[in-house]
Amino acid sequence: MTASDTERQHTADTASILPLRVRDICFDAGGKRLIEHISFTVHAGPCLIVLGPNGAGKSLLLRLCHGLLSPSEGTVEWVEADPIRARSQQAMVFQRPVLLRRSVAANAHFGLRLRRVPRLERQAVVAKALRQGGLSHVANRAARVLSGGEQQRLALVRAWALQPQVLFLDEPTAHLDPAATRAVETLLKQFHAAGTKLIMTTHDLGQARRLADDVIFLHRGRLLEHSPADSFFAQPHSAEAAAFLNGNLLW
Amino acid sequence: MFLRLIICLIVTLLFLHANGPAAAAERFITVASTTSTENSGLFQAILPLFERAAGIAVRVVAVGTGQAVRMAERGDADVLFVHHQPSEEHFVADGFGVRRHDVMYNDFVLVGPRHDPAGIGGLADAIEGLVRIAARQAVFVSRGDDSGTHKREVSLWQAAGIDVVAASGTWYRESGAGMGTTLNIASGMGAYTLTDRGTWLNFNNRGDLVVLVAGDRRLFNPYGVILVNPQRHPHVKTAEGQMFIDWLLSPDGQGAIAAYRIDGQPVFFPSADKDTP
Amino acid sequence: MSEFRDAFRTAISLLVNFDGDLMAIVGLSLLVSLSAVFLAAMVGLPLGAAVAACRFPGRQAVRVLLNALLGIPPVVIGLIVYLLLSRAGPLGALGLLFTPTAMIIAQWLLVTPIIAALTQQTVSDLHDEYAEQLRSLGVGSLRAIPTLLWEGRLSLLIAVMAGFGRAIAEVGAVIIVGGNINHVTRVMTTTIALETSKGNLALALALGMILLLLALAVNAAALVARDIVNRLYG
Ligand SMILES: Nc1ncnc2c1ncn2[C@@H]1O[C@H](COP(=O)(O)OP(=O)(O)O)[C@@H](O)[C@H]1O
Ligand SMILES: [Mg+2]
Repeated sequence: MTASDTERQHTADTASILPLRVRDICFDAGGKRLIEHISFTVHAGPCLIVLGPNGAGKSLLLRLCHGLLSPSEGTVEWVEADPIRARSQQAMVFQRPVLLRRSVAANAHFGLRLRRVPRLERQAVVAKALRQGGLSHVANRAARVLSGGEQQRLALVRAWALQPQVLFLDEPTAHLDPAATRAVETLLKQFHAAGTKLIMTTHDLGQARRLADDVIFLHRGRLLEHSPADSFFAQPHSAEAAAFLNGNLLW
Repeated sequence: MFLRLIICLIVTLLFLHANGPAAAAERFITVASTTSTENSGLFQAILPLFERAAGIAVRVVAVGTGQAVRMAERGDADVLFVHHQPSEEHFVADGFGVRRHDVMYNDFVLVGPRHDPAGIGGLADAIEGLVRIAARQAVFVSRGDDSGTHKREVSLWQAAGIDVVAASGTWYRESGAGMGTTLNIASGMGAYTLTDRGTWLNFNNRGDLVVLVAGDRRLFNPYGVILVNPQRHPHVKTAEGQMFIDWLLSPDGQGAIAAYRIDGQPVFFPSADKDTP
Repeated sequence: MSEFRDAFRTAISLLVNFDGDLMAIVGLSLLVSLSAVFLAAMVGLPLGAAVAACRFPGRQAVRVLLNALLGIPPVVIGLIVYLLLSRAGPLGALGLLFTPTAMIIAQWLLVTPIIAALTQQTVSDLHDEYAEQLRSLGVGSLRAIPTLLWEGRLSLLIAVMAGFGRAIAEVGAVIIVGGNINHVTRVMTTTIALETSKGNLALALALGMILLLLALAVNAAALVARDIVNRLYG
């Protein structure tokens, strides 16, 4: 996928919606403060991995950024002023792939149809995305009978077919075996190489080392570190991050 | 795709409706009548004759007399054809009907189990029969539905000086249903009941029931027919309704009524005034 | 037991002889109930889905109302429709009383809450599963309704069939608004009621058996249609 392909799709849509500015957000639910005063800025380019033990608030943070949740305090702002366009340039893949009870191809078509992409153009994009995801041979099969790895790849393909500028991924390989995980990571690298901004949570350190350019480290709803991957893995600033990297921080 | 399917379905439905019985652009009238008349089979025998002669279909809605009268009062029928003279006269006096005509009569009979615990078999006096039933507290099933038959039964109890309201739920049971259903209940329980002869003759689940008392003058059951007043309800099909009434009262109609038999027995006896058209 | 034997024999002979009156009655039963169920599905499916998937003022009230309507006896629906369509009623001028259309309206009112309530249940579960993904894809809650309905199509077919079952088996409402007029508004159930009241128990039971066959046939057809849809759309 090259830049010219992206342009063919959305000639008018080249202006970047990034940076994303998260300012002092808090999120309360069930009478508890689950996200506490987090601020950071995300620029186009590097792959951002959100790390942290279970229950740290990684999924919440991703949903807040993507707009599925609204912060109780603080703001989440894209440089793009039009919220509809900002949304249309994002996509998200969840821990468990949420596939429609339709064929593989129909799943891949779904998002594009919503965006009223003409049928011929849609077919070309979907065919290409399915090929990239290694799913062409199952295009006409029911999506729900695919293996776990294939389902997650389809979820990625569906998101990718939308040609988003920003792709959120919430532990996309948490339920997959090593081979399927590697297939997903390969796809993610291709997406990133094609210019898509990846913002991904994981608790898998190996995966983080393989993919991360930047790291955000969360612990109990607080942002403890936001630094380039190299320095984070070599020299974490906080005791919690150091413990986490040693496998000694369980929650 | 989905949309196309829905449009297809709607078109199919419209097509079905256009060809359905509802849309048949035939001339018809609606007659409010009673279950006992319908159940007697009379309408099925005579209506085709009128329909053929006049080219007007007759749609009979058979309910209890009380409900039939109220239906006609609301303008939901063109003709009222029932058998409870006081209600009919009231209906006309209140301006809901044009005029009441005698059409025919049949009679009520007291039926009950063959072994006849109250010992009323063969009595000529219906009131005496009811008195004995009450004295024995033998089970009696009443229509209890404000129908002509029910109204008649209530007036017979009154004449016998028996308070059935007090006995309700003991030996006196109210079915709240049509004649046939009530006969089914009486047959199932081996109970007494009052029925019109037409329904009785046409009823096929008699079980142990037999006719015990018949022929009393007070069991006489006259039917009246009334055109619903078009001044009250302008949509009433006056011409067609009047044609039906005229036919019922004509020699043709009266002859058809007289000719109707169940098991070779006459059921209704024509009674139109000879001088009405 | 002889009633059952007689009924069985009567049913067979009615079917084998393709009895004209019976076929007309069966046809009208199907026409009325299928139309009513179709219309009820047109309203009940989106309504149930909206209650499940959208937040709007009065949502809770609609929910309570739907559940309350589930318990309404058919005769009451029949009475209400009768009073509405009666010449003396607000819609009297339409002249719909004692027509198949009136019966369709009554059954429509009867079936819509069933379909809506069952749909709400099904779509609620689906919505829990899909809500975030759909929002992420930019599907608003109104646009989500057709998607969720299509996703739930297998369960929803059962909801619609439940509605059809209630419609085709119902007698209380159609006898009031239809009047059980011979050749005009007489359907299977009102015929059964009439024949029972004439004491023709075997015939009534035979008609009941045919009604059961009819319901089986329609359900089987629906299941076949479901399998076909399933094969086409995975
Ligand atoms: N809607 C909610 N109501 C109450 N607590 C919640 C809610 N959503 C998440 N939490 C809690 O917030 C914390 C962070 O959740 P999450 O972001 O899913 O963690 P993780 O970092 O493992 O993805 C957890 O303790 C979780 O139980
Ligand atoms: Mg999580």
